[in-house]
Amino acid sequence: MKVAVLTFPGSNCDEDLYQAVLQVGGEPAWRWHRDRGLEGVDAVLLPGGFSYGDYLRAGALARFSPVMEDVRAFAEAGGPVVGICNGFQILCEAGLLPGALIRNESLRFQSEDCLVRVERTDTLFTNAYAPREVLRIPLAHAEGNYRADAPTLERLEGEGRVLFRYVDADGDATPGANPNGSLNNIAGIVNDRGNVMGMMPHPERAMEPLLGSDDGVGVFTSLMAALAGSP
Amino acid sequence: MARYRIEIRVTPRPGILDPQGKAIHHSLHSLGWTAVEDVRVGKAIHVELVAASAGAAREEAEAMCRKLLANPVTEDFEVYQVEEAS
Repeated sequence: MKVAVLTFPGSNCDEDLYQAVLQVGGEPAWRWHRDRGLEGVDAVLLPGGFSYGDYLRAGALARFSPVMEDVRAFAEAGGPVVGICNGFQILCEAGLLPGALIRNESLRFQSEDCLVRVERTDTLFTNAYAPREVLRIPLAHAEGNYRADAPTLERLEGEGRVLFRYVDADGDATPGANPNGSLNNIAGIVNDRGNVMGMMPHPERAMEPLLGSDDGVGVFTSLMAALAGSP
Repeated sequence: MARYRIEIRVTPRPGILDPQGKAIHHSLHSLGWTAVEDVRVGKAIHVELVAASAGAAREEAEAMCRKLLANPVTEDFEVYQVEEAS
Protein backbone atom coordinates (compact mmCIF):
# COMPACT_ATOMS: atom_id res chain seq x y z
CA MET A 1 0.00 0.00 0.00
CA LYS A 2 1.49 3.27 -1.11
CA VAL A 3 1.08 6.05 1.44
CA ALA A 4 2.12 9.60 0.58
CA VAL A 5 3.72 11.55 3.43
CA LEU A 6 3.56 15.27 2.73
CA THR A 7 6.25 17.70 3.81
CA PHE A 8 5.57 21.41 4.09
CA PRO A 9 8.26 23.95 4.94
CA GLY A 10 8.32 23.65 8.73
CA SER A 11 6.89 20.12 9.02
CA ASN A 12 8.81 18.13 11.64
CA CYS A 13 6.92 14.86 12.13
CA ASP A 14 7.19 13.68 8.52
CA GLU A 15 10.11 11.32 9.27
CA ASP A 16 8.14 9.78 12.14
CA LEU A 17 5.13 9.24 9.88
CA TYR A 18 7.34 7.68 7.22
CA GLN A 19 8.75 5.26 9.80
CA ALA A 20 5.27 4.49 11.13
CA VAL A 21 4.08 3.51 7.65
CA LEU A 22 7.17 1.30 7.17
CA GLN A 23 6.59 -0.34 10.55
CA VAL A 24 3.09 -1.51 9.62
CA GLY A 25 4.22 -2.83 6.24
CA GLY A 26 3.16 0.08 4.05
CA GLU A 27 5.15 1.68 1.28
CA PRO A 28 5.71 5.32 2.24
CA ALA A 29 6.38 7.93 -0.45
CA TRP A 30 7.61 11.47 0.14
CA ARG A 31 5.70 14.36 -1.35
CA TRP A 32 7.17 17.87 -1.06
CA HIS A 33 4.50 20.54 -0.82
CA ARG A 34 5.29 21.71 -4.37
CA ASP A 35 5.13 18.21 -5.87
CA ARG A 36 2.05 17.55 -7.92
CA GLY A 37 0.17 14.33 -8.58
CA LEU A 38 -1.07 11.64 -6.23
CA GLU A 39 -1.63 8.98 -8.90
CA GLY A 40 -1.10 5.46 -7.58
CA VAL A 41 -1.26 6.64 -3.97
CA ASP A 42 -3.60 4.75 -1.63
CA ALA A 43 -3.61 7.19 1.30
CA VAL A 44 -2.22 10.62 2.20
CA LEU A 45 -0.74 11.67 5.55
CA LEU A 46 -0.25 15.30 6.63
CA PRO A 47 2.39 15.54 9.36
CA GLY A 48 2.72 17.64 12.47
CA GLY A 49 5.08 20.56 12.78
CA PHE A 50 4.94 24.27 12.16
CA SER A 51 4.24 24.71 8.47
CA TYR A 52 5.13 28.25 7.39
CA GLY A 53 6.07 29.02 10.99
CA ASP A 54 2.40 28.98 11.99
CA TYR A 55 2.28 32.51 10.55
CA LEU A 56 -1.15 34.16 10.35
CA ARG A 57 -2.87 31.04 11.77
CA ALA A 58 -1.62 27.47 12.15
CA GLY A 59 -2.21 25.76 8.80
CA ALA A 60 -3.57 28.87 7.07
CA LEU A 61 -0.72 29.21 4.58
CA ALA A 62 -0.01 25.50 4.04
CA ARG A 63 -3.55 24.96 2.79
CA PHE A 64 -2.64 26.94 -0.34
CA SER A 65 0.44 24.82 -1.09
CA PRO A 66 0.23 23.30 -4.59
CA VAL A 67 -0.04 19.72 -3.28
CA MET A 68 -3.20 20.63 -1.38
CA GLU A 69 -5.16 20.92 -4.64
CA ASP A 70 -4.33 17.26 -5.26
CA VAL A 71 -5.17 16.34 -1.67
CA ARG A 72 -8.58 17.97 -2.08
CA ALA A 73 -9.26 16.04 -5.30
CA PHE A 74 -7.98 12.82 -3.67
CA ALA A 75 -10.28 13.33 -0.67
CA GLU A 76 -13.25 14.20 -2.87
CA ALA A 77 -12.67 10.94 -4.77
CA GLY A 78 -12.96 9.09 -1.44
CA GLY A 79 -9.25 8.55 -0.78
CA PRO A 80 -8.21 8.28 2.89
CA VAL A 81 -6.47 11.38 4.28
CA VAL A 82 -5.05 11.71 7.79
CA GLY A 83 -3.84 14.95 9.35
CA ILE A 84 -2.01 14.84 12.65
CA CYS A 85 -1.49 17.94 14.79
CA ASN A 86 -0.45 20.62 12.27
CA GLY A 87 -1.90 18.30 9.62
CA PHE A 88 -5.27 18.48 11.42
CA GLN A 89 -4.99 22.28 11.52
CA ILE A 90 -4.25 22.35 7.77
CA LEU A 91 -7.27 20.11 6.99
CA CYS A 92 -9.54 22.43 9.02
CA GLU A 93 -8.16 25.54 7.32
CA ALA A 94 -8.65 23.84 3.95
CA GLY A 95 -12.29 23.14 4.80
CA LEU A 96 -11.76 19.37 4.43
CA LEU A 97 -12.73 19.06 8.10
CA PRO A 98 -15.19 21.32 9.95
CA GLY A 99 -14.24 23.68 12.77
CA ALA A 100 -10.96 25.29 13.77
CA LEU A 101 -8.12 24.84 16.24
CA ILE A 102 -7.34 27.92 18.29
CA ARG A 103 -4.86 28.77 21.03
CA ASN A 104 -4.82 26.39 24.01
CA GLU A 105 -6.87 27.66 26.91
CA SER A 106 -3.70 27.55 29.05
CA LEU A 107 -1.91 29.79 26.51
CA ARG A 108 0.97 27.34 26.88
CA PHE A 109 2.57 24.97 24.45
CA GLN A 110 1.38 21.64 25.88
CA SER A 111 3.89 18.82 25.49
CA GLU A 112 2.89 15.74 27.43
CA ASP A 113 1.28 12.33 27.19
CA CYS A 114 -2.50 12.41 27.07
CA LEU A 115 -5.16 9.74 27.31
CA VAL A 116 -7.72 9.51 24.55
CA ARG A 117 -10.72 7.22 24.27
CA VAL A 118 -11.54 5.57 20.94
CA GLU A 119 -15.15 6.56 20.31
CA ARG A 120 -15.76 4.40 17.23
CA THR A 121 -14.06 1.34 15.84
CA ASP A 122 -15.92 0.97 12.53
CA THR A 123 -13.75 3.48 10.68
CA LEU A 124 -10.78 3.41 8.33
CA PHE A 125 -8.62 4.79 11.12
CA THR A 126 -9.72 2.99 14.29
CA ASN A 127 -10.77 -0.54 13.29
CA ALA A 128 -7.76 -2.09 15.06
CA TYR A 129 -8.87 -0.78 18.46
CA ALA A 130 -11.38 -2.13 20.96
CA PRO A 131 -14.54 -0.05 21.58
CA ARG A 132 -13.84 2.69 24.14
CA GLU A 133 -10.21 1.64 24.39
CA VAL A 134 -8.10 4.25 26.18
CA LEU A 135 -4.80 5.11 24.49
CA ARG A 136 -1.75 6.85 25.88
CA ILE A 137 -0.38 9.09 23.14
CA PRO A 138 1.88 12.16 23.26
CA LEU A 139 0.61 15.56 22.29
CA ALA A 140 2.64 18.66 21.50
CA HIS A 141 0.89 21.81 20.40
CA ALA A 142 -0.05 25.38 21.23
CA GLU A 143 -3.18 25.51 19.04
CA GLY A 144 -5.18 22.38 19.71
CA ASN A 145 -8.29 23.90 21.20
CA TYR A 146 -11.06 22.56 18.96
CA ARG A 147 -13.85 24.98 18.17
CA ALA A 148 -16.93 24.72 15.99
CA ASP A 149 -20.28 26.49 16.03
CA ALA A 150 -23.17 24.83 17.86
CA PRO A 151 -24.89 23.28 14.80
CA THR A 152 -21.58 21.84 13.55
CA LEU A 153 -20.78 20.39 16.96
CA GLU A 154 -24.26 18.89 17.20
CA ARG A 155 -23.81 17.28 13.79
CA LEU A 156 -20.40 15.88 14.68
CA GLU A 157 -21.74 14.32 17.87
CA GLY A 158 -25.04 13.21 16.33
CA GLU A 159 -23.31 11.47 13.42
CA GLY A 160 -20.66 9.87 15.62
CA ARG A 161 -17.85 11.72 13.93
CA VAL A 162 -15.77 12.31 17.04
CA LEU A 163 -13.21 9.49 16.88
CA PHE A 164 -10.99 10.42 19.83
CA ARG A 165 -11.79 12.23 23.07
CA TYR A 166 -9.48 13.33 25.89
CA VAL A 167 -10.27 11.28 29.01
CA ASP A 168 -8.95 10.63 32.51
CA ALA A 169 -7.52 7.34 33.77
CA ASP A 170 -11.07 6.02 34.31
CA GLY A 171 -11.92 6.73 30.67
CA ASP A 172 -14.18 9.67 31.50
CA ALA A 173 -14.13 12.86 29.44
CA THR A 174 -13.77 15.23 32.39
CA PRO A 175 -12.74 18.90 32.23
CA GLY A 176 -9.55 17.98 34.09
CA ALA A 177 -8.59 15.52 31.35
CA ASN A 178 -8.90 18.21 28.70
CA PRO A 179 -5.39 19.51 27.93
CA ASN A 180 -6.29 22.44 25.71
CA GLY A 181 -9.89 23.55 26.20
CA SER A 182 -11.34 21.68 23.21
CA LEU A 183 -15.14 21.63 23.07
CA ASN A 184 -16.51 18.27 24.29
CA ASN A 185 -12.90 17.11 24.92
CA ILE A 186 -12.54 16.52 21.18
CA ALA A 187 -9.12 15.18 20.15
CA GLY A 188 -9.94 13.84 16.69
CA ILE A 189 -12.78 13.88 14.13
CA VAL A 190 -13.70 12.56 10.67
CA ASN A 191 -15.50 14.22 7.77
CA ASP A 192 -19.05 13.27 6.82
CA ARG A 193 -17.89 10.66 4.28
CA GLY A 194 -15.58 9.09 6.83
CA ASN A 195 -12.43 9.26 4.68
CA VAL A 196 -10.71 12.36 6.10
CA MET A 197 -9.51 12.25 9.71
CA GLY A 198 -7.72 14.80 11.86
CA MET A 199 -6.34 14.40 15.36
CA MET A 200 -4.14 16.51 17.63
CA PRO A 201 -2.24 13.76 19.54
CA HIS A 202 0.66 12.03 17.76
CA PRO A 203 0.09 8.28 17.20
CA GLU A 204 3.31 8.19 15.14
CA ARG A 205 5.19 9.00 18.35
CA ALA A 206 3.61 6.06 20.17
CA MET A 207 4.91 3.17 18.06
CA GLU A 208 7.36 1.45 20.45
CA PRO A 209 6.87 0.30 24.07
CA LEU A 210 10.55 1.13 24.61
CA LEU A 211 9.75 4.78 23.84
CA GLY A 212 6.83 4.94 26.25
CA SER A 213 3.84 3.57 24.36
CA ASP A 214 2.81 1.69 21.25
CA ASP A 215 -0.83 2.71 21.52
CA GLY A 216 -0.56 4.71 18.30
CA VAL A 217 0.20 1.69 16.11
CA GLY A 218 -3.51 0.93 15.72
CA VAL A 219 -4.16 4.08 13.70
CA PHE A 220 -1.74 2.84 11.05
CA THR A 221 -2.69 -0.84 11.16
CA SER A 222 -6.34 0.24 10.87
CA LEU A 223 -5.52 2.19 7.74
CA MET A 224 -3.53 -0.72 6.27
CA ALA A 225 -6.36 -3.15 7.01
CA ALA A 226 -8.90 -0.77 5.45
CA LEU A 227 -6.75 -0.35 2.34
CA ALA A 228 -6.37 -4.12 2.09
CA GLY A 229 -10.15 -4.32 2.11
CA SER A 230 -10.58 -6.08 5.43
CA PRO A 231 -11.43 -3.44 8.00
CA MET B 1 -4.24 53.82 -10.70
CA ALA B 2 -3.18 54.88 -7.22
CA ARG B 3 -1.43 53.33 -4.27
CA TYR B 4 -3.62 52.65 -1.24
CA ARG B 5 -2.69 51.89 2.33
CA ILE B 6 -5.24 49.59 3.94
CA GLU B 7 -5.72 48.60 7.54
CA ILE B 8 -7.56 45.33 8.14
CA ARG B 9 -8.69 44.29 11.60
CA VAL B 10 -9.22 40.63 12.42
CA THR B 11 -10.83 39.87 15.76
CA PRO B 12 -12.13 36.76 17.54
CA ARG B 13 -15.84 36.33 16.89
CA PRO B 14 -18.20 37.11 19.74
CA GLY B 15 -18.75 34.00 21.82
CA ILE B 16 -15.44 32.45 20.74
CA LEU B 17 -13.11 31.90 23.64
CA ASP B 18 -10.15 34.29 23.49
CA PRO B 19 -7.48 32.87 25.83
CA GLN B 20 -5.12 35.79 25.16
CA GLY B 21 -7.77 38.36 25.97
CA LYS B 22 -8.66 36.46 29.13
CA ALA B 23 -5.03 36.37 30.31
CA ILE B 24 -4.58 40.10 29.65
CA HIS B 25 -7.85 40.80 31.43
CA HIS B 26 -6.47 39.00 34.51
CA SER B 27 -3.20 40.93 34.32
CA LEU B 28 -4.96 44.28 34.05
CA HIS B 29 -7.01 43.41 37.11
CA SER B 30 -3.97 42.45 39.12
CA LEU B 31 -2.34 45.75 38.07
CA GLY B 32 -5.27 47.63 39.57
CA TRP B 33 -7.53 48.22 36.57
CA THR B 34 -10.38 46.46 38.28
CA ALA B 35 -13.00 48.31 36.20
CA VAL B 36 -11.96 46.35 33.10
CA GLU B 37 -14.85 44.07 32.18
CA ASP B 38 -13.61 42.41 28.99
CA VAL B 39 -10.54 42.21 26.78
CA ARG B 40 -10.40 40.75 23.29
CA VAL B 41 -7.20 40.48 21.25
CA GLY B 42 -7.14 40.56 17.47
CA LYS B 43 -4.67 41.65 14.87
CA ALA B 44 -4.19 44.59 12.56
CA ILE B 45 -2.89 43.81 9.08
CA HIS B 46 -1.52 46.63 6.93
CA VAL B 47 -1.59 46.10 3.19
CA GLU B 48 -0.38 48.43 0.48
CA LEU B 49 -1.70 47.93 -3.00
CA VAL B 50 -2.29 49.62 -6.31
CA ALA B 51 -5.92 49.90 -7.42
CA ALA B 52 -8.15 51.97 -9.67
CA SER B 53 -10.08 53.52 -6.79
CA ALA B 54 -10.51 53.40 -3.04
CA GLY B 55 -13.63 51.31 -3.56
CA ALA B 56 -11.75 48.80 -5.71
CA ALA B 57 -8.96 48.64 -3.13
CA ARG B 58 -11.52 47.91 -0.40
CA GLU B 59 -13.12 45.15 -2.47
CA GLU B 60 -9.72 43.53 -3.00
CA ALA B 61 -9.02 43.69 0.73
CA GLU B 62 -12.35 42.10 1.55
CA ALA B 63 -11.66 39.28 -0.89
CA MET B 64 -8.27 38.72 0.80
CA CYS B 65 -9.98 38.48 4.16
CA ARG B 66 -12.53 35.96 2.95
CA LYS B 67 -9.91 33.77 1.28
CA LEU B 68 -6.94 33.96 3.67
CA LEU B 69 -6.64 36.68 6.28
CA ALA B 70 -9.54 35.64 8.52
CA ASN B 71 -10.91 32.22 9.46
CA PRO B 72 -14.70 32.54 9.33
CA VAL B 73 -15.13 29.83 12.00
CA THR B 74 -13.40 31.86 14.69
CA GLU B 75 -12.75 35.37 13.39
CA ASP B 76 -14.50 38.47 12.10
CA PHE B 77 -12.78 40.98 9.86
CA GLU B 78 -13.21 44.61 9.06
CA VAL B 79 -11.49 46.64 6.36
CA TYR B 80 -11.01 49.47 8.79
CA GLN B 81 -9.29 52.11 6.74
CA VAL B 82 -8.43 52.69 3.10
CA GLU B 83 -6.31 55.75 2.41
CA GLU B 84 -4.39 56.91 -0.58
CA ALA B 85 -0.65 56.64 0.03
CA SER B 86 1.60 59.43 -1.18
